[in-house]
Amino acid sequence: MSGLTPECPLTPSQRMALARRADRPNVSDYVTGLFSDFFEQRGDRLDREDPSILGGVALFHGRPVTVIGHRKGHDLGESIRCNFGMPGPQGYRKALRLMEQAEKFGRPLITFIDTPGAYPGLEAEAQGQGAAIAANLAVMSRLTVPTLTVVTGEGGSGGALALGVSDRILMLENATYAVLSPEGFATILWKDSSRAEEACSLMRLTAHDLADLGIADEVVPEPIGGAQANPTAIFLALDDALQRHLLQLGQLSTRTLVAQRYRKYRTVGTTQRRKT
Amino acid sequence: MDLFSRRRQELLKLKSLRRDPKAYVRVEEETRTCPRCGEELTLSALEKGLQVCPCGYHFPLDARRRLQLILDEDGVHELYDGIAAIDWLDFPGYRDKLKVARQRTGLTEAVVVATGRIDGRRVVVAVMDSRFFMGSMGSAVGERITRAVEYAHRRRLPLVIFTASGGARMQEGIVSLMQMAKVSAALERFSRAGGLYIVCLTHPTTGGVTASFAMLADITLAEPGALIGFAGPRVIEQTIHQTLPEGFQRSEFLEEHGFIDRIVQRQELRATLSQLLRLHVRKGAAL
Repeated sequence: MSGLTPECPLTPSQRMALARRADRPNVSDYVTGLFSDFFEQRGDRLDREDPSILGGVALFHGRPVTVIGHRKGHDLGESIRCNFGMPGPQGYRKALRLMEQAEKFGRPLITFIDTPGAYPGLEAEAQGQGAAIAANLAVMSRLTVPTLTVVTGEGGSGGALALGVSDRILMLENATYAVLSPEGFATILWKDSSRAEEACSLMRLTAHDLADLGIADEVVPEPIGGAQANPTAIFLALDDALQRHLLQLGQLSTRTLVAQRYRKYRTVGTTQRRKT
Repeated sequence: MDLFSRRRQELLKLKSLRRDPKAYVRVEEETRTCPRCGEELTLSALEKGLQVCPCGYHFPLDARRRLQLILDEDGVHELYDGIAAIDWLDFPGYRDKLKVARQRTGLTEAVVVATGRIDGRRVVVAVMDSRFFMGSMGSAVGERITRAVEYAHRRRLPLVIFTASGGARMQEGIVSLMQMAKVSAALERFSRAGGLYIVCLTHPTTGGVTASFAMLADITLAEPGALIGFAGPRVIEQTIHQTLPEGFQRSEFLEEHGFIDRIVQRQELRATLSQLLRLHVRKGAAL
């Protein structure tokens, strides 16, 4: 299972560790590295601003796009301010507001996933964490603009998926995407969170696993040592991939775009799904 | 008690039953304890009361019994019973556990889909059953519910879903997570085409089910006292390091916070659904 091959030199739990590194490029770095003229939009217009999600409008090669992503910090202070990338319902509702605006102004939507999961707290529950995530899933499935998702770090649970029902899912080589954190997974199945490494090896959560399952559309290679070793290289690789996919999606009629997206999720978990 | 003496006792019981049916009842009427009031309830009394304790506590109801409760007697057809889970991760022990769950529950998965009538009006119903893998959603549950939505869409029928789930099924990993997107996308299409979707949240409804189809209905009902939330209570306690307040994440709490239209006693469930169907008849719609 964890046999090392030239194509897969790292074990799943080693990739998980890379995906969680604090010095790994975060959404703010991607905004600076990939876009120009970024204008941040804050607040859900209902309750408050949730800093664990960053969103706004920017130019991508001269074209306006809406950018939304989970925000993690590089140091402790920053991490605490954005709650370690764990949004509450306010964050998801802000994201929803920006998605509807992307639709209104015909801007492609680009989202960046990097979260251990939605925040499990008292207030988050009272204010409808589940309802907020559900609304995003439903709305993303019907947006009439091209939508791209990049999993840049840890993609954890429904809190990740709430930004991820897109036309294309790209994953950085060392990013992970899973139904739950390996710790949570081990707790549920074996009542023992210390078995996280074992969980990692069983869960099929690496970028290559997701490509094999037909969920990730492209794996973006990282420099040796991981994205943090050479952020510029990652920005270049992503820039190329995003342009390519936007070009492809831009050639589709709205009807085809939405129909293709529906089919993408409709066939997950059926045997019709083929490796692309 | 070892296996043999238990077996012998069972045989003796059967013998006495042959002589005198009442004796059997007297010797062995199984009881269950109400977790709320502590009352010992006989199974027959529970069954008569639709698995509701006189104190108001609603025991979980199995899926087929639920269908019986809300649908007219004739014209019930189960659908998609053949759609089975796929072991995407080659997860150790998953196939065997599925086999055991099937034998133990008489179900093939954690949801039963059927069409039938409620006071003469045809509906599509999906009922989850928490006895099967905690009602968790893997590929088969996601596929069955999606097909139920699409069936209702094609035939322009109202859709009723009863949720009861611990969330996404861990053993199918990311594929389980993606079922949330699949079902939500189907429901969004159905909704935009004018379809009526009624959900009834029952104990427990958590995780990925709460964060998808449980919270996307036109009308949201709940049984009293059901645990409904995204994160489980234990996870929250571990995160915030305090015990949760009484009644947190219960139906009444969600109603108070604006996420539920009405809490419905099980005895009134059928009548309530019937009323809602009446209220959503379109001009010129056939009955």
